[in-house]
Amino acid sequence: MEANQPHTPPAAAEGLVSVSGLTRQFPVGRSLFRRATSFIHAVDDVSFQLNAGDSLGLVGESGCGKTTVGKLLVKLLEPTSGRITYRLPGLDGAAGQENAPLEASAIIGRQLRTFRRQVQMIFQDPYESMNPRRTIYDTIAEPLAVQGMGTVLDRVDMVSEILMLVGLTPPATFLFRHPHELSGGQRQRVAIARALVVEPAFVVADEPTSMLDVSSRTGIMNLMQQLAHGLGIAYLYVTHDLAVARYMCHRIAVMYLGKIVELAETEELLRNPLHPYTRALLSAVPVPNPEYRREPPSIVGDLTAPIDPPERCRFFDRCPLATHYCRDNPHPAFEEKAPGHWVACYEV
Amino acid sequence: MITPPNFPPPGSASDPPVVEVGHSRLRLLIARTRLALHSFRAGWSIFMESRIGVLSLVIIGVFAIMAVAHPILMLTIWDAETYDPVTGYAFDQVDQPSAPSWRHPLGTDPLGRDVLSQLLWSTRSEFVLGITAALVTVAIATTVGAVSAYYGGLVDVFFMRLADLIIALPGISLLIVLSALFKLNLFYLALVIGILGGFGGTAIILKSQALSIKVKPYIEAARVAGGGHFHIIFVHIIPNLLPLSLLYMMFTVTSAIFAEAVLSFLGLLDLRMSWGIMIHTANTGGYLMGGTRYWWLVVPAGASITLLCSAFYLGGRALDEVVNPRLRRRHD
Repeated sequence: MEANQPHTPPAAAEGLVSVSGLTRQFPVGRSLFRRATSFIHAVDDVSFQLNAGDSLGLVGESGCGKTTVGKLLVKLLEPTSGRITYRLPGLDGAAGQENAPLEASAIIGRQLRTFRRQVQMIFQDPYESMNPRRTIYDTIAEPLAVQGMGTVLDRVDMVSEILMLVGLTPPATFLFRHPHELSGGQRQRVAIARALVVEPAFVVADEPTSMLDVSSRTGIMNLMQQLAHGLGIAYLYVTHDLAVARYMCHRIAVMYLGKIVELAETEELLRNPLHPYTRALLSAVPVPNPEYRREPPSIVGDLTAPIDPPERCRFFDRCPLATHYCRDNPHPAFEEKAPGHWVACYEV
Repeated sequence: MITPPNFPPPGSASDPPVVEVGHSRLRLLIARTRLALHSFRAGWSIFMESRIGVLSLVIIGVFAIMAVAHPILMLTIWDAETYDPVTGYAFDQVDQPSAPSWRHPLGTDPLGRDVLSQLLWSTRSEFVLGITAALVTVAIATTVGAVSAYYGGLVDVFFMRLADLIIALPGISLLIVLSALFKLNLFYLALVIGILGGFGGTAIILKSQALSIKVKPYIEAARVAGGGHFHIIFVHIIPNLLPLSLLYMMFTVTSAIFAEAVLSFLGLLDLRMSWGIMIHTANTGGYLMGGTRYWWLVVPAGASITLLCSAFYLGGRALDEVVNPRLRRRHD
């Protein structure tokens, strides 16, 4: 972490979820008798904000730490440093103070239960994210049962209702089936139903369409959008596909090796990409024209594992714009180069 | 609140009957039972496809009939004075032990007791012993394995080193020492074998399986749903361990029956009668060294031990195919 770097959350007011200086490191080669000497900097000093009903796409290559950000936000992982604050209904930071922001680290015990009702996650793999021995009813009703919401009869009603909402009709034919009797798309609908059945305020969607075949992808994406708009849910959409992020999200954040390098409104980012990495990503988006000849990519080399990375800009090794200044200085600060358009680069 | 869209029109006639939303707890139960039956039937058909599975079921079935037959025979055609497995005496025979005859199909032992009656009487207690030991083993091993895998750290280190220790102990010798210190009857023997198995090797195997379950995304999904440690262990990990547990239950039955036979043969158990004691009686009378001349004193009991042990072992092997899909032949 660069201590000299100021934390600059890219919005003024505290939103539904605000993240500042979020860092998570994983020790490498630790054992019972050996302390870890090196760390994977999976997420390094990430800051952003999300308002109610907002949607943010988190885009980046595999291994850049997008999923880790998602897991940190739903408290499946604890951050190494940095803070996440939530303003969620029913969860007040200061006693008696309506809607005061609450720090993630302070959410324990009873509050964690309320938190689990407000913040949900949709997992990437619809085949592995459901217990094969439990029925669809069990799977969807699990959050309800664990939270003690409603009686068994109420839960059957609620689950049937949500099944219809996600397009698995008639619900009675799905309630008591096992996951293996469903197709990938149907399972992902079940996964969405499980996340939405508690009526959360914020959902992290971790590449929910990447394991599906192309024909069922749009269905799931449309469904998620309808539901998010209809129910006013804010979501963080983790994906490696810029086209998906464009379709799904108001704003897009581009991640590279644990850092957010660019963050802007979707159309602004696509029309006017500033960071060299974003430009390279955009130039790699497939164009539906057989005559189209792609320019050779402007960046070279491969994504490396961020194990104890040097202090300088993370993108230095692959950057077409890199200068001596970039080499000798720490990772550039995240600055607002245009209104609402944040970039971490010295050269733009 | 979520406002549901309009109800979709009811399915066409070919659809399965639609259960109205708002049905009762009973319907829920019926659906669950039907599902359980369904998966049982699926497993059963795979089990019956393997020849060793069928063979083991036939052998176990025969022994079960033998166990049931003894009290019926005692009530009907066998009088207690002659045929009691412990206190009976065959006054109709001049020499003891006597060779098989119509009245005593497997002959009599050196003390004049009917061998067939002893054999049948013992069958029941072998079943009780084996199944009790297996249940104790599996209950302990499943819990220890799941807890150890889930919590990791010191809990894991403690249980795994304990398991290593128990594996390192020579089982039969330990049982001999225990039987010298305590009066081991059938129940205590089952308990000891169960505890040794449960904290020993079986726990390690089930823990390794639990480790692979622990990292499945559905465990994370359960945490996001708000499930606590107990919820995750008992709702998600243990049910997925149970098939493997069942398999090791079969193997435990085998080792329990075998241990009982060894200890009884050495005369160390506080039992009225068992297959091991039958061989022990033959041995103390000096008939074991007599070659095949007094075969009826040794062969029925010895063959029973061998057959029942192998039947449970083979049953376990066939069950392995049900539990472990990689061993299964493909059929779609």
